Amino acid sequence: MTHSQPTGADYNYTVVRQFALTTVLWGIVGMSIGVLIAAQLIWPQLNFETPWLTYSRLRPLHTNAVIFAFGTSALFATSYYVVQRTCQTRLFAPKLAAFSFWGWQAIILSAVFTLPLGITSGKEYAELEWPIDIAITIVWISYAIVFFGTIVKRTTSHIYVANWFFGAFIITVAVLHIVNSMAVPVSLFKSYSLYAGAVDAMVQWWYGHNAVGFLLTAGFLGMMYYFVPKQAGRPVYSYRLSIVHFWALIALYIWAGPHHLHYTALPDWTQSLGMVMSLILFAPSWGGMINGIMTLSGAWHKLRTDPVLRFLVVSLSFYGMSTFEGPMMAIKTVNALSHYTDWTVGHVHSGALGWVAMVSIGSLYHLIPVLYGHGRMYSTSLVNIHFWLATIGTVLYIVSMWISGVMQGLMWSAVNSDGTLTYSFVESLEASYPFYIVRFIGGCFFVTGMLLMAYNVFRTVKAPKDSLPSLSEAQA
Amino acid sequence: MTTFWSLWITILTLVVIFGCFWLLRICNKNTTDVEEGESMGHSFDGIEEMNNPLPKWWSYMFYITIVFGLIYLALYPGLGNFKGLLGWTSSNQGIVSLAESKQAVIAAKEDGAYVQYDQEVAQADAKYGPIFQKYADTPLEELVKDPEALKVGGRLFLQNCAQCHGSDARGSKGFPNLTDSAWLYGGDLATIKTSIMNGRRGMMPPKGGLPIEDGEIKGLSEYVVKLSGRKHNEALAAQGQASFMKGCFACHGMDGTGNKLMGAPNLTDSAWLYGGNRMAIGQSITLGRMGVMPPWKDVLGEQKVHVISAYVYSLSHQDELNK
Repeated sequence: MTHSQPTGADYNYTVVRQFALTTVLWGIVGMSIGVLIAAQLIWPQLNFETPWLTYSRLRPLHTNAVIFAFGTSALFATSYYVVQRTCQTRLFAPKLAAFSFWGWQAIILSAVFTLPLGITSGKEYAELEWPIDIAITIVWISYAIVFFGTIVKRTTSHIYVANWFFGAFIITVAVLHIVNSMAVPVSLFKSYSLYAGAVDAMVQWWYGHNAVGFLLTAGFLGMMYYFVPKQAGRPVYSYRLSIVHFWALIALYIWAGPHHLHYTALPDWTQSLGMVMSLILFAPSWGGMINGIMTLSGAWHKLRTDPVLRFLVVSLSFYGMSTFEGPMMAIKTVNALSHYTDWTVGHVHSGALGWVAMVSIGSLYHLIPVLYGHGRMYSTSLVNIHFWLATIGTVLYIVSMWISGVMQGLMWSAVNSDGTLTYSFVESLEASYPFYIVRFIGGCFFVTGMLLMAYNVFRTVKAPKDSLPSLSEAQA
Repeated sequence: MTTFWSLWITILTLVVIFGCFWLLRICNKNTTDVEEGESMGHSFDGIEEMNNPLPKWWSYMFYITIVFGLIYLALYPGLGNFKGLLGWTSSNQGIVSLAESKQAVIAAKEDGAYVQYDQEVAQADAKYGPIFQKYADTPLEELVKDPEALKVGGRLFLQNCAQCHGSDARGSKGFPNLTDSAWLYGGDLATIKTSIMNGRRGMMPPKGGLPIEDGEIKGLSEYVVKLSGRKHNEALAAQGQASFMKGCFACHGMDGTGNKLMGAPNLTDSAWLYGGNRMAIGQSITLGRMGVMPPWKDVLGEQKVHVISAYVYSLSHQDELNK
């Protein structure tokens, strides 16, 4: 069942281009703030005694910027692109699509101002206050209308697997955001959660974990399912594997939140369910990695020459690693050691840098030349350098946090022969400093790579027509 | 929880787990009309999908986690109100007060329930109890000469007291230095122990609750500076002395040496809990001060407080103890 391929001119690329470029911009901003706060943990004086430069205010700015500005812009760009190409139709409601771009940028800017000012609802990854929450809901619904409208008017008979993941991500994020942000406003910039105590904590982590599950996993799997087979020029390995792992993934992920609240006031039954579902989630998570990596069978030689494909494959490896680590950390016995330590921070970043950022970067390196009518990026060797900077940076980050996290866990639970704790908290902090420095260096590597990317993207966008033929064309 | 919610949770949980099991089973068979290893025949923007079988090792891994999950939910609480075959709980659930907690511990013991937290506390008590019992039976006067006891006390101090008083026990603004000879409530062994056991609440009302005008603060501060034997403006201090006589002496004493019974600070020494410069003194007088040391008897128990008391005493009596 093949269809005639509409030419690129038929697709709405304007909004895709806008989101693709802002992804790079917000990536640099968000990750630079991350490097700054990593430095503050080593040299606290870097807050310059200024309230809006303190760790407590910049940390939510970092997380919001990388998840919702960088990551989500990447998802907007790729989902708008993929849904058009795989449904072979133009984007539904182009004005609404334009609104989703400008609306989302306005929301990001409002976060850039309110978070350093200390305006926060105090819920992790959902810090933005209620007027911004309402704006997010409106923009998100516009996004859903554009996306699903495009699916409805598709000219293909089936819906491609990438769109299942994008669709699940869009619907679930809407539900998560609305339920978790329910609050009683007391002024324009202050509100209190509708929930209290352990219920509030549970709703928060139901949201928090599924922001990881649906935004940072399902959404980016959607990206993977288009750009990996496309860049490798190979068919997707197993349609049946797609079916099992998609349905199992979305059915199980939504239960996993309680593993963030092991050994707290959360009732035992909730903790057990969170742990069991997280553990069963292991296989479905790996389904995506297997399907992606096996798609390369017969095309492994391309890794030698194609740094873009290398980004995508390494991102899948990090994805596999962190989705193995996650279920293990959800086991209560392991969690007793890992909870509240830097191990958690390392785990998050093996997903965030290794998976989310690398798959986005790889996809953008595929996407940007297409959007601007070129065969390749301005400089393939810069892409290659970026690949190594990103890989080394990620490895430095997660290895240092593993060591530091396990060390902290062991120090905190070490007991003397009289039952007193062997170490005070400050001693564990002191012991962590060397690893904080390594983490900071890893972050610098990663941001440097992003700056190279910005330059490369700029030169590609500005390049004269036909000056950048694809590598295979150039050889031919 | 009510039967409805218990069933709701149980049914949803089992539907999800068995649903995954069922899905995995049917997808392990080739129910498509395409041969295994062939393309499914769709093409999306040039991307085809193959009908390859699920990797065997992956399917087994999936089955194993499902079986593990079901066994876990049979043994431990998870399916609504079902308590699990092991009768295990992490701690007594739904406790809101210390009294309730103590009752629950006894009740659980009588029921033979396995409450992990209670068990661990009991184990720790059995193991470490004799050590602290031995210390508790030793009078403080002797305990301060036992270097091993002081080490234990030091560790307890780092875990529980250092947050306010500092790792070196030298305190900070608002938190007393425990290494000097200035004691708000007294530095003898018995008083130190009382302070830790029951806590302290130090309270100076704004302007001592006296009819002191804002204009008098400057003079009063100067007088306090004079009391502590520092260089001062004699005329201004004389004005301040008159203000002092309006009633400050009731707590701080006629000579400004304070009153340990009520924790009123000595103004003639060089120890300043909230800062000793003129501005800080003026601020203390104008706005008053409020200091809280929480009681530790219910948190740590008397035996541990006993050992900490010896350690705290030793901090300011190094010379005496080293003899």
